[in-house]
Amino acid sequence: METNANPDAPDLKIPVPRGPVPDVPRRERAAAVEMTVDGRAVAVPAGATLLDACRQAGVETPTLCYLENLTPVNVCRVCVVELEGSRTLVPACSRKAEAGMSVRTDSERVRLSRRMVLEFLASATDVSTAPELRGYMTEYGAAPDRYGNGSERAATVAQPVKIDNDLYIRDYSKCILCYKCVEACGEDAQNTFAIAVAGRGFDAEISTEYDVPLTESACVYCGNCIGVCPTGALMSKTERDMREAGSWDEARQERTDTICPYCGVGCTLTVHTQEKRIVKVSSPLDQEVTRGHLCIKGRFGWQFVQNIDGGQSPGDERAASENDA
Amino acid sequence: MDLHFTADEPTAAEISAVDSVLGAAASRWAGGGRGDNEAQTSRGGHGARADRHLLLPVLHAIHGRVGWISPGALNYACRRLHVPPAEAFGVADFYALFSTKPRPPLTARVCDDIACRVRGAEELCARLEADLGPAGEPCRGGEAAWFRSPCLGHCERAPAVLIAESGKRRRECVLAPASAEEVGGHLTRGGAAQAAALPAAVSVPQAGQPQLKLLQRVGRVDPESPDDYRAHGGFAALARARAKGREWVIEQVLRSHLLGRGGAAFPAGRKWQAVAARGGRKYLVCNADESEPGTFKDRVLMEGDPFAVIEAMAIAAFATGCQKGFIYIRGEYPLATARLQHALRAARAAGLLDGGCDIELRRGAGAYICGEETALFNSIEGFRGEPRNKPPYPTDSGLFGRPTLVNNVETLVNVPRIVLAGGDAYAASGTGGSAGPKLFCLSGRVARPGVYEADFGISVRGLIELAGGVSGSGKLQAALVGGAAGAFLSPSELDTPFTFEGMRAVGAAVGSAVVMPFDDTVDLSIILLRIAEFFRDETCGQCVPCRIGAVRQEELLQRLHRGGPLGSTEQEMKLLKEIGQVMRDASICGLGQTASSAVESALDRFPIFR
Ligand SMILES: Cc1cc2nc3c(=O)[nH]c(=O)nc-3n(C[C@H](O)[C@H](O)[C@H](O)COP(=O)(O)O)c2cc1C
Ligand code: SF4
Ligand code: SF4
Ligand code: SF4
Ligand code: FES
Repeated sequence: METNANPDAPDLKIPVPRGPVPDVPRRERAAAVEMTVDGRAVAVPAGATLLDACRQAGVETPTLCYLENLTPVNVCRVCVVELEGSRTLVPACSRKAEAGMSVRTDSERVRLSRRMVLEFLASATDVSTAPELRGYMTEYGAAPDRYGNGSERAATVAQPVKIDNDLYIRDYSKCILCYKCVEACGEDAQNTFAIAVAGRGFDAEISTEYDVPLTESACVYCGNCIGVCPTGALMSKTERDMREAGSWDEARQERTDTICPYCGVGCTLTVHTQEKRIVKVSSPLDQEVTRGHLCIKGRFGWQFVQNIDGGQSPGDERAASENDA
Repeated sequence: MDLHFTADEPTAAEISAVDSVLGAAASRWAGGGRGDNEAQTSRGGHGARADRHLLLPVLHAIHGRVGWISPGALNYACRRLHVPPAEAFGVADFYALFSTKPRPPLTARVCDDIACRVRGAEELCARLEADLGPAGEPCRGGEAAWFRSPCLGHCERAPAVLIAESGKRRRECVLAPASAEEVGGHLTRGGAAQAAALPAAVSVPQAGQPQLKLLQRVGRVDPESPDDYRAHGGFAALARARAKGREWVIEQVLRSHLLGRGGAAFPAGRKWQAVAARGGRKYLVCNADESEPGTFKDRVLMEGDPFAVIEAMAIAAFATGCQKGFIYIRGEYPLATARLQHALRAARAAGLLDGGCDIELRRGAGAYICGEETALFNSIEGFRGEPRNKPPYPTDSGLFGRPTLVNNVETLVNVPRIVLAGGDAYAASGTGGSAGPKLFCLSGRVARPGVYEADFGISVRGLIELAGGVSGSGKLQAALVGGAAGAFLSPSELDTPFTFEGMRAVGAAVGSAVVMPFDDTVDLSIILLRIAEFFRDETCGQCVPCRIGAVRQEELLQRLHRGGPLGSTEQEMKLLKEIGQVMRDASICGLGQTASSAVESALDRFPIFR
């Protein structure tokens, strides 16, 4: 083997200290932090965010990259509010409340930023399966066509959908790069790190190493990324197939909470049924055991329930008829 | 965390490249052979993950050896460093100098950014296209390729080209000014190791003048000799600082009213005080990422007086109690890197860093955003160079989550002067709001581009005159000040003092002290398009306002340039303002917050696109 002195090689004799060992979370006594939201006085516990304060004040705040069971990454910026004394707007989802803060959520400045963020996203991304985001767009009057339509197209993230396994699909034309799936796959839940953000700028996207199919990656198909995705970019294969077949109909679906039968952890499952057949399994975020996260068995291992009566899931019908043809 | 790897295996060359940084693999866990008792051992946890900060040096080593980061090489690096391959890929893919696809061993990066563009870059690119084929495509039988590049920080010697050759004998050099013949000559295996060195006077036209303070030694001292540095007054400040004690030093820096020269203009003394007050492990970081278009002052200091940077860091570490220092230098500065590397070794060998903190050099890999201090920390730690949310500020939680003092190269180089002359004397120079001497980067259409030193108070006009006046037609159309994140001034604003307060008064900023005049033959719309393209290419992509706003801003300017606005030009101008506002108000970091600044300042002043 060759040995070559690398001019960049750091001197390994220099001890480079490690990152800090995270503190064990302490349950602090909830000291009240007093502040105002849109002129109304609120008191929130120490450590609470401006989002908590807004909610306490009864002010609705849009969020896209924030979720109760994930560390705030504050990247979407749709939750920005005006903080007195701050040059820029601040993200409500991550900024900690401090005594005496005065926050405005209804100013023209706030509304403009929120509308622009929504417009930007909708001009670059397919938001057809993102009901929450579409709701915000209506509320803020977002007009994504301003950036081009018809012959003059604005750049988008459109690309072919990735279908490389039987359990779920990845349609990154719908990805708003909220980082939630990366967090769920990594430190915040699954600790598998199968996916990460690759590329840079507008070309940044969620990817496995060298974009290898999930079947060659570290993925263990827990589906926790699907559970947190706000846009339907990540979707179980059954849902996707039913949507393609035009048979997916949330209005006709029922949700039933139950406990996962597989192991002793006891995660709560929300079983989504349509015409008395299971079409999807999710888990409520406020579930104490695993805060909405599941494993492959809980999320995908429900086929046997349908097999008892020899039935097919509605999604199978199309596949079956295609096979016939 | 169990790591999972694809089946790709590293080559012998790739293994040797990684091992050149990390040493040979100790066990099979780390990708080596199986040891005696290995069935009974495992490797993981914080210990195994603590080496992640070596990811960027390892990627550099692989890239320098084989010219790209292959899946097998990445797997081996990840085994050694215990980093998930998806994350390491995300890191490698972030940097413009690295390729995650096979790439020819010889590359030329031709700067086509604003300063080079008005000094022959397009002509050079046209010649290269004729000689070698289109940019980005392999040429010379797959041995070489040339690319267009953002500013390479050699604007005073435009047009600039960065040459790199990967292999056992790795080669990097900057040709500036570059000709197509020279580039062609360097794109051959085993070409000349260095470009012909230009005398310092080319970059520092004032070199040798007695009034110089920051540039005092540049061009006069041997940058490779600690003895010569000492003979020119070097290391006296460090000795004095140690004799006077840390409180005294911090007091002097506070009294000096030194403001940060990296762009944010934060009082240096307050940062020092905050870090000194913190206990436990602390870090010192010298920000040498200098990638703002039109900026090259830090490079000139590092190339011409590298020991001054190290002495200043030793003083800072002593005063604030930092145990470890890093210099983070942009990957496009091979000569400054070599000079600092050499100076560090010499200083260490001479015992000049004894009892203080050791300093390590880390190279960036082509990402303007890594100059943002928190992105820089992430980059050193082996993560993507994405800025962190602030607060917390670096003085509380910076590198490795510890209190960190981060200062710009030029900021630091002021410190030995402050220690020697005293804070009050330093504060007496310059103006009330802007103390001290300052380096200015003059490029574009000026007669004698270069780094110029003057006490704060000099006007923009004074600086242009110092550099021999406007070149080209000789008639000034506009001057870009502060950098691409700065503002355009009109000829009627030239008497504005180039101070923090003076620039603020005209809606501009000192930024990185760029002064780039354009004569009336330059098509400013092309300059604006290039600036918009720069931000589109350099946004990290983390937050929506900047990731998409930078693209929409550029598309809009392209439409105006083509004369095909969506709706009326007035509608487009209104939309541009709204894009600017959301970027300024809602972006995470200074890149997004200032990405519309130069464009808007120009459209406010000049009838471009109308
Ligand atoms: C996009 C961006 C790029 C930056 N690049 C640099 C740089 O190359 N060098 C630098 O010293 N500061 C740079 N800064 C400023 C740093 O974040 C930081 O303020 C500075 O290093 C602090 O040093 P100072 O107080 O000595 O100026 C940059 C900031 C932003 C937002
Ligand atoms: S299914 Fe689970 S392991 Fe696979 S990418 Fe999603 S979160 Fe990661
Ligand atoms: S795939 Fe979904 S969860 Fe992941 S970043 Fe995109 S939108 Fe967010
Ligand atoms: S403002 Fe731009 S560069 Fe800064 S974090 Fe946001 S996307 Fe990244
Ligand atoms: S929800 Fe706060 S930034 Fe996304």
